[in-house]
Amino acid sequence: MGQYILRRVLTAIPTLFFISFVIFALLALSPGDPTANLPPSLPMEIKLRVREALGMNQPMPVRYVRWLQQFMVNEPLNALEKATGIRIGDSENRLRITSWTARGKPVIDLIIERLPQTLWVVGLAYVIAVLIAVPLGVFSAYKQNSLFDQIASVIAVIGFSLPTFFTGVLVIQFFAVRLGWFPTLYNTTLRVTDWGTFIEQLRQMAMPVFVLAFFQIATISRFARSSVIENLRMDYVRTARAKGLTEKAVVTRHVVRNSLIPVVTLVALGIPGIFGGAIVTEQIFAVNGIGQLLILSIQSNDLPVVQTVLVIFSVLVIVFNLIADILYGILDPRIRYS
Amino acid sequence: MKHPRLWRMNHLFFLLALLAIIFAACAPPAAAPTAGEQPAAPAAAGLPPEPGRGTDGELVLVYWQEVSILNPYLASGTKDFHGASLILDPLLEFNENVELVPVLAEEVPTLENGGVSEDLMSITYKLRPGILWSDGTPLTAEDVVFTWEYCADPATGCTVQNFVGVASVEALDELTVRVNFTDPTPYPYTAFVGYLSPIIQKAQFQNCKGEAAQACSEQNTNPIGTGPYKVAEFRANDTVVYAVNENYRNPNQPHFARVIIKGAEDASASARAVLETGEADYGWNLQVEPAVLLDMEAKGKGTIMSAFGANVERILINFTNPDPNLGEKRSLWTPEDPNPHPFLTDINVRKALSMAIDRNIIAEQLYGPGGKPTCNLLAGPPAVASTNNDACLQQDIEGANKLLDEAGYLDSNGDGIRETPDGVPLRILYQTSTNAVRQKTQALIQQWWKQIGVETELKNVEAAVFFGGDPASPDTYNKFYADVEMFTNGPDNPDPQQYLANWLCDGGANIPSPANNWGGSNVERWCSEEYDALFAQLRTATGEERNRLAIALNDMLVQNYVAIPLVFRASVSAYSNTLSGPNISGFETEEWNIETWHRVR
Repeated sequence: MGQYILRRVLTAIPTLFFISFVIFALLALSPGDPTANLPPSLPMEIKLRVREALGMNQPMPVRYVRWLQQFMVNEPLNALEKATGIRIGDSENRLRITSWTARGKPVIDLIIERLPQTLWVVGLAYVIAVLIAVPLGVFSAYKQNSLFDQIASVIAVIGFSLPTFFTGVLVIQFFAVRLGWFPTLYNTTLRVTDWGTFIEQLRQMAMPVFVLAFFQIATISRFARSSVIENLRMDYVRTARAKGLTEKAVVTRHVVRNSLIPVVTLVALGIPGIFGGAIVTEQIFAVNGIGQLLILSIQSNDLPVVQTVLVIFSVLVIVFNLIADILYGILDPRIRYS
Repeated sequence: MKHPRLWRMNHLFFLLALLAIIFAACAPPAAAPTAGEQPAAPAAAGLPPEPGRGTDGELVLVYWQEVSILNPYLASGTKDFHGASLILDPLLEFNENVELVPVLAEEVPTLENGGVSEDLMSITYKLRPGILWSDGTPLTAEDVVFTWEYCADPATGCTVQNFVGVASVEALDELTVRVNFTDPTPYPYTAFVGYLSPIIQKAQFQNCKGEAAQACSEQNTNPIGTGPYKVAEFRANDTVVYAVNENYRNPNQPHFARVIIKGAEDASASARAVLETGEADYGWNLQVEPAVLLDMEAKGKGTIMSAFGANVERILINFTNPDPNLGEKRSLWTPEDPNPHPFLTDINVRKALSMAIDRNIIAEQLYGPGGKPTCNLLAGPPAVASTNNDACLQQDIEGANKLLDEAGYLDSNGDGIRETPDGVPLRILYQTSTNAVRQKTQALIQQWWKQIGVETELKNVEAAVFFGGDPASPDTYNKFYADVEMFTNGPDNPDPQQYLANWLCDGGANIPSPANNWGGSNVERWCSEEYDALFAQLRTATGEERNRLAIALNDMLVQNYVAIPLVFRASVSAYSNTLSGPNISGFETEEWNIETWHRVR
């Protein structure tokens, strides 16, 4: 097992370098310019000077190597310094990856500023989705073709066929504009200090969480349902029943346990998505999460931010793939890595 | 079959939990009343009879382009100038009637009061005594000098052009500062005037000049200013929270204790937050379909306001040949070889293109409160707006057809497209940036041009590319690899000299080409000695003569159909009916007088 993990980690390193290079190259080759949003009266000469100051005129390989050094060496050193309080080397002059639109603002700080909102909204939606979807799927499967199952199926189909940019706008029109229950602008400076602010926080999270959870419940519950149905037909279930075990024991101890193995990996693989935020939903509800940061940066051609966020996503995806694989081995004794 | 109780219990539990969340969410909160529950009358309850400093609570402004930085000299978009204008003050600014009023200066320097030198080579400002920065230190002439040094350093990458033509800035004493120009400057009110060039604090920024500017995150997001507000919290590309600057010069102002600038998804989400849900008090730059916007306004929560500065949506004509077969010489003008366009160099064709357009329909249906039809490239302020070209407001397809017939452009092969006498068909590639209103304008104009026998191919380019400065991209407006293109431009200062300089030829130095890294401003590649000569007079003219010359220059451009003006564009914003104070000219940010904004009583 240890050897397996080591091998996976070692293969992940060149993969990451490759991904980071591909992302950088694609972004460098793609058209777009951070000076495009400046007032129309600004002459081109001045735009050219701004590009120069941002270091955009250097050749691509030079920019890549510099970014790589900042990402792999400077930023981790800074993080370490911040965490331990120990000064490492010449920290004042260590170049950080900075945003082009918010000039001088370190990209990592932008991400840290936005992570809590994403974790709250997207993470909560995910937790709610899992908590609802798994029992829903299991029960649907157990009562296959019953009225309950039919209704759950219809809702699930609606859930993943309606895109969030549609349900989001619908929910805003109905609950915020028509009924006035929830705010349409997410207040990111709200601090929960007492009951009143807590309620306010719940109110502003209600719509985005609902929209996201609705979508995810659909996916996960369908997956859990088919997995349970498959297991219910297995011979070992018949054996368990023949042994005279109670129905409860058969379902919880045998069927659910076995059928949740693929569900767990599915859920684990979805976790990097939480950190990635929900691009569309965050944008619609003005939640300043990572997803919104990414889309704004793409729109304003803030390449250092886009590059860094995407590479961090890649790292998370690789890490959680590894975790999912390891979990699989732990949960399913039939699978052994050597 | 037995029901496994566990599942039923679980199910019940989740249902209960869900219900609990929904109920909790619906319970009316004590602190913040929502839109649906807000009283119909203005929220005047609990306010003192007269507004004083910080008496009126919280003001929410919604910007669908989020503020990225609060240092205007490193702005990445118009919204950043707005965000900074609450904190930083210039020496002079423009009021709602486009008159100069002193802010940090004691008075507006003029020739009469001796502030402007006789030879027009310098302007001397006296600073208002007793002005304090928000950190409590006094404002001095050194800060003004430093502001110029900061922006003039090319390594800073400064994003304003207000210091063009400034030779030096010197402090004569603690409170006197003189701006010296490189040439006689009859209109000296560019440096340190208006929201584009406010004063920054030397003590805070002295280590942030030049290359260091890029790394001064703290300074760029929390500038110390002399304005009514200071930063309480800044979240780049999301929210800015402002608190009252305790050292603000007027002890009675500002009236709102807190100002929040929030982001929103797009212009219609901003309009909704002000006009429909009432969550915000003010929404900026609402380019929303006119019918939708007016519907929202009809709900009675807010008012739409249009500010006409001088921005004009126009179609630029390419005087050079953009034929891709020319390779390197595509759209390239040189003094030796002007590379003329096969038919757009004929004034009759350009005139016909202009005559075929119905500007009223474009303005009414696509812009609504955001625009009115215009026949001028210099449409404002009123003092310099020409009235000599208004005939263009009347569409005349018949006349255009007749003009082309007479000029010898006939459809000889019967395919519905006219040809030049040499047999070149009148096919036009018409490019602009990707934007719903622009694509609709393109479609309308394509129809009209078809009716005069001109075939138009439409193209749109992502704004980030079209307006970008990337010399390697073939799709920037400056490269102009098309026959005509459309976008908005206008002077950002009521004096049009800087703007009219765009059409100078300067022996080709002002025409975009590889020699200047495609950086010239004469995008049409129209080279006229006559225009350059008339512009030379403007450089030294003052008063009425100056306005007359500006109008003459505009007329020369328009009557030569160098560009075809379409719509005089306004910045459209909406404010809540509970808010009193917004009052703008189009040459300042909407927040220029935010210290006087207050709740309706």
